[in-house]
Amino acid sequence: MIAAPIHLAGERLMLDPAGHVAWPAQKLLAVSDLHLEKGSHFAARGAMLPPYDTKETLERLGLALRRWRPQRLVLLGDSFHDATGCTRLSPGDAALLLRLLGGIEVVWVLGNHDPAPPVGLPGIAVAEWRLERLVFRHVAQPGATGELSGHFHPKATMPTRAGGVTRPCFVADAKRLLLPAFGAYTGGLDIADPAIARLFPRGGRAFLLGSGRLFSFPTGPLRHAAGAMA
Amino acid sequence: MGTLPEPFAGWFAGRGWAPRPHQLALLDAARRGESALLIAPTGGGKTLAGFLPSLVDLHARPRPGLHTLYVSPLKALAVDIARNLMTPVEQMGLGLRIETRTGDTPANRRARQRQDPPQILLTTPESLALLLTLEDAPELFAGLGAVVVDEIHALAGTKRGDQLALGLARLATLVPGMRRVGLSATVAHPDPLRAYLSTTARPDDVALVVGAGGAEPQIDLLLPEGRLPWGGEMGLVTMPEVYRRIREAGVTIVFVNTRAQAELCFQALWRLNDDNLPIGLHHGSLTVEQRRKVEAAMAAGKLRAVVATASLDLGIDWGAVDQVVQVGAPKGVARLLQRIGRANHRMDEPSRAVLVPANRFEVVECIAARQAIGAQELDGDPPRPGGLDVLCQHILAVAVAGPFLPDDLYAEVRRAAPYSMLTRENFDDALRFVEDGGYALSNYDRFRRLFRDAEGRVHVRSNAVARQLRMNLGTIVDLPMLKVRLRGGPVLGEVEEWFVSSLTPGDAFIFAGQLLRFEGLDGLVALCSRASGGEPRVPVYGGSRMPLSTWLAARVRGILADPKAWKHLPEPVQEWLRLQRHLSTLPPKDGLLVETFPRGGKFFLLAYGFEGKLAHQTLGMLVTKRMERLGMAPLGYLATDYVMAAWSAFEPTGVERLFEEDLLGEELEEWMADSSMLRRSFRNIAIVAGLIEKNHPNQEKSRRQMTMSADLIYDVLRKHEPQHILLRATRQEAATGLTDVARIGLVLERARRGGIIHRALDRVSPLAVPSLIEKGREWVAGGAEDALLAEAAAMVEEVTEGAELFSETLAELTDHIPARGDRDRVRRPRDRARDNRRRLPWKAPKGLATPTS
Repeated sequence: MIAAPIHLAGERLMLDPAGHVAWPAQKLLAVSDLHLEKGSHFAARGAMLPPYDTKETLERLGLALRRWRPQRLVLLGDSFHDATGCTRLSPGDAALLLRLLGGIEVVWVLGNHDPAPPVGLPGIAVAEWRLERLVFRHVAQPGATGELSGHFHPKATMPTRAGGVTRPCFVADAKRLLLPAFGAYTGGLDIADPAIARLFPRGGRAFLLGSGRLFSFPTGPLRHAAGAMA
Repeated sequence: MGTLPEPFAGWFAGRGWAPRPHQLALLDAARRGESALLIAPTGGGKTLAGFLPSLVDLHARPRPGLHTLYVSPLKALAVDIARNLMTPVEQMGLGLRIETRTGDTPANRRARQRQDPPQILLTTPESLALLLTLEDAPELFAGLGAVVVDEIHALAGTKRGDQLALGLARLATLVPGMRRVGLSATVAHPDPLRAYLSTTARPDDVALVVGAGGAEPQIDLLLPEGRLPWGGEMGLVTMPEVYRRIREAGVTIVFVNTRAQAELCFQALWRLNDDNLPIGLHHGSLTVEQRRKVEAAMAAGKLRAVVATASLDLGIDWGAVDQVVQVGAPKGVARLLQRIGRANHRMDEPSRAVLVPANRFEVVECIAARQAIGAQELDGDPPRPGGLDVLCQHILAVAVAGPFLPDDLYAEVRRAAPYSMLTRENFDDALRFVEDGGYALSNYDRFRRLFRDAEGRVHVRSNAVARQLRMNLGTIVDLPMLKVRLRGGPVLGEVEEWFVSSLTPGDAFIFAGQLLRFEGLDGLVALCSRASGGEPRVPVYGGSRMPLSTWLAARVRGILADPKAWKHLPEPVQEWLRLQRHLSTLPPKDGLLVETFPRGGKFFLLAYGFEGKLAHQTLGMLVTKRMERLGMAPLGYLATDYVMAAWSAFEPTGVERLFEEDLLGEELEEWMADSSMLRRSFRNIAIVAGLIEKNHPNQEKSRRQMTMSADLIYDVLRKHEPQHILLRATRQEAATGLTDVARIGLVLERARRGGIIHRALDRVSPLAVPSLIEKGREWVAGGAEDALLAEAAAMVEEVTEGAELFSETLAELTDHIPARGDRDRVRRPRDRARDNRRRLPWKAPKGLATPTS
């Protein structure tokens, strides 16, 4: 696993190929869009998706916590797929989640899927959260600087000689960092989509998640132009 | 043999016709109450033969209510048959109601058909499945006397065929005495079709009626003037000759193998079209309206030629087609015959067909196919077991129609031939899947879709479940496609999403016979404008390619290995083979020829597998993986229908080790599980089985989103419950011919039994040339996506020499804000040095974009 360092508002952050961000100076780990209990959400509507998504996502989170050993964990919103998601956790998953969150400071940034604080879980719930020069929120705001956010589930396609390869990705410029969705059942939105492209008017850089490293390429404003034309 | 009663005999006589023997034979079978399979070439009055017993019966004992159900794989065919059937029915004054019911039938007519059904209803497998979910299905079908299944050879062995077989089994339970009639084109093995039609899944219970063969088709080989191409598979060199043939004939269908080829041939023909002949284009990616327009123009005799793909293999009879041109190798004998049959639907005159091979291998293939047709030998796949995903959908559909006992349904399902070997375990797992997903971890108890009453009967939980099922019924799953629209103009058709994602704005591509410039994406629409130049790309469609049939491949090997059989080949091909025999050796009929030779600083290894492009692709992946392990440093590979070619940095020695049968062991399984092929299978299975919805009431879920989730579900399920029924179904599909793993097995088995003939040459061999100049996608060794990404990322870095604008660098260098279009500006070294100095406070990110350790 090779993490890629980037600088945001003068702070050095490490982008992890598993799709989360570490801020070593603050012993902080940020992760976004877990969408826990998305499977059971669909099951309630008649689509019996495999009920293993929460377990899978938490296991991945466990690996991230073991790798960086942070003192703080910031969840950038949409941690649960819906407002009552936390009540549907299986006993096993609930125990696993409590174990993971034990002994660290937990910040639940609220998202559009989970507008209410989770019940029975440690940590504080906030609309947005600041530390030093960085701000953590669910949806990026126009004109913000030093901002980490999620919400869009960015993914990108990189042309290779055997066709395009699509992966979830980080997108960054000098002012903001968009995190990929971390949940096992979270899909993606192409970074050329105007919703994402307009956040990066001068272009930026996409970091595609790989199994051991990130693959980065510049996303010029042209891509944005193509999207905006539509 | 029986005779025809009046007014039927009079009607035939009045036209100067006599009933054909197979028409009378079907009548006899019906009088005995027997089901029957009619195999006859096109143009033999096959459809009328299927309906005649019903018409006679309805004339003898007129009665209201549904009497005969006709099922065809094509909506258009159902509509056309209805029209054609009305003519004799009206002329004989039979006073019957004949109606169609397809997805296009308006709701009010569908409702009326339920209230007051016509005597003859023409429909599709999907519409029949929907009818069977109705609560009043038992009343609707109560008086049903017969089901006629048209083009049964095109349905059996497919998922639509599985669904129809289950529907027929259901009908047999509702109406025990009902007859079944199957209409089929000539096939290699009629028995599986008889079994398919049988109510007991046994072939002997169905009478076999074989119509007299039509006149033998007259098949010419058309070679380009001048040089016969070594490689390529588009056949464009021969277009001047094809154009001449079109000019000389009345109406021509030009069949091609892929949509890309259709676009290119269409373009080429129009460039030659000095006479301005009306030449049309027809393929599955064009909009329905466009296709209908072309079909109508064809039927009205307004077109001189149409360039078509498999989209015209089946379909309505135009009568007036004078010749069929097949560009590119036919790939299968039965398929070629089906296509040839599209010319001249008059039985007593020979169909005229012209084969246009694109390269030297294809010449051999064309000759092999022509010989097979002459010898009346067809290829065909043995029946495969019915899909478990289709079974899941069927179980829910049955539950929606009314409560059932699992034991009864299991027995009923096993009376459908594709499911005659279904184990109780698989049936129970399918039922459990329908109930609550069937996961080992049973979290979803409270969300169950089915419940059981005290007597053990299974009910659906709610109306919502029924509504959901009806919206998602069917086994046809579309690939994620994007519409192609001219800016400010009409939608031209659809292309696969991944093709669009590989385009950047400004790229030119050919689609719907036009040169287009890609402008950008607007939601699910690719916006384009007309382009005038540039080097266009052609959309390639996954899965649209027919692999060379195993059987035809064996004939090709037979011809190559036997110089006495060469006399039918054109002289340049004979010369080519003689050279091969002289410089290397000929591929054996059994066994495997492997050639190695150095070329351009690399070593090439060619294996002449003859098992189709897909199989060779997978073989290439496996062989290069093994080469890697043996230290041969493979660099890449490519596959054609005939060979797999790999190249490496070091000379491959001991090539026997590369083709041992354990190649198909763990490595393959591991790779397969992660391959896009299996992912695609899983996605389709998940949709058909009802895990993922195509449509949801009150909500339009974008298909783009759906594709993503299928992949995610696959990964999670594979990790946490690898034995889940949908994964078993996915593996079953992979093992039974929907993918090409079995055919790699054939290559390896031949290698083991017939031995590997290794020729270490000092240069490229004559047979190797066609594949080495083949244009197309090549694969990296190992096929790993990450390797491709790394390479692409490194390339970007190299081109931009690491001086890419990024992050703070960008912010700190605001003295120049890049304007649109100048990001490719070449930076002078001095600029870079200055940039680096200014960038000093920013620690240069190691491992950011270069593959350092």
